[in-house]
Amino acid sequence: MAQAHSGRQQSTRSQQDQKLEIAIAMLLRSGVFAAAALVLLGGVLLLRHGGAHVPSYAVFHAPGDPRSTALPSIASIIAGLRGGSSAGIIGLGLLVLIATPVARVAFAAAGFARERDWLYTAISALVLLILVFSLLHGR
Amino acid sequence: MTILTFTLAIFATSLVAGLLGALTGLGGGVVVVPVLALLFHVDIRYAIGASLVSVIATSSGAAAAYVREGFSNIRIGMFLEVATTLGALGGAYLTAMVSTHAIGIVFGLVLLYSAVASFRSDHDHTPRTASDPLAKRLRLEGEYPVAEHRQSYVAQRVPAGFGIMFLAGGLSGLLGIGSGAVKVLAMDQAMRLPFKVSTTTSNFMIGVTAAASAGIYLSRGYILPSLAMPVMLGVLGGSLAGSRILVRARVSTLRMVFAVVIVALGVEMIYSSATGKL
Repeated sequence: MAQAHSGRQQSTRSQQDQKLEIAIAMLLRSGVFAAAALVLLGGVLLLRHGGAHVPSYAVFHAPGDPRSTALPSIASIIAGLRGGSSAGIIGLGLLVLIATPVARVAFAAAGFARERDWLYTAISALVLLILVFSLLHGR
Repeated sequence: MTILTFTLAIFATSLVAGLLGALTGLGGGVVVVPVLALLFHVDIRYAIGASLVSVIATSSGAAAAYVREGFSNIRIGMFLEVATTLGALGGAYLTAMVSTHAIGIVFGLVLLYSAVASFRSDHDHTPRTASDPLAKRLRLEGEYPVAEHRQSYVAQRVPAGFGIMFLAGGLSGLLGIGSGAVKVLAMDQAMRLPFKVSTTTSNFMIGVTAAASAGIYLSRGYILPSLAMPVMLGVLGGSLAGSRILVRARVSTLRMVFAVVIVALGVEMIYSSATGKL
């Protein structure tokens, strides 16, 4: 099928791809800036109420441990936000950041579907499936 | 040391790491992890968690600039992301099973390889347009601007490239880095794609690859908000500044200095891990 394309059609296709890529890049950039703004806001609040204790990251604590300061799930980040914790705001920023490339793949899948390129719609959907699996079932 | 001074010190260090990472094309993660582990005595799992977050930010933040140049290839990137995301899942699972010493040693070896790879000159081999049946079927082809015309290319040795990409994803998931050097190896050396196409497409893929292990890192408690915050903001700021400078400056001297630093960090990582200090 690719051989049936004339050179002219090929370049139209690559221009279409280029447009899709630019739209995706803009999406990525807004996602990163939104995430950075949330992380910065949470960080400023965290440091303002941080106190004078010395943070130590030298010893690893698993999430179940009361000394762990990680927010290991979407539920714990939402709980942190509800409780007004500044770490919760940073956690939300990190979620937005992680979601940005996932949105990129979903956007690309939709773009390929619009171009009726079913092979690449399927490939993008497979990548999306791997990402969603990791986010929901990764341990 | 209060939390404020500690956070500011980590922010400043990450800023420099991001700047150097962008100027040399190695990325910020590969610098920030050994510095956090060796200088700030951060547990390597917290260090790779913070680094992974900064890698997603840098890759996604820089994508707009690369896309406009018209070199990156969205189809090749998406196809190879099947390999890198699967590899990243495997690598992230592996992090919990191997000792932190083993992670440190592998990290040191990757640092040494990255230093060598950063010297590879960015000349292009003659673009291959020979028909590769698999590449044709998957439409792993494209064209890129050269002087006044557009040069077309077709990917070669697709299975080899796919395999190396799986390894690149695995290293990314295991070490919390973008592993751009290995991604470029797969596209530039194995698949014979033009160098510019390889580097820009690699940058595009890094964020998606890192996102595949981010969920696993998060649920394992590797990503601490208070540590990820200064690292992400620092590396992102540094690399955005670095990519602006890059347009104006020749960086060969800097690249040399940086390679020496990377080799020193790599040797120190291997030594500290082997003697059980890490």
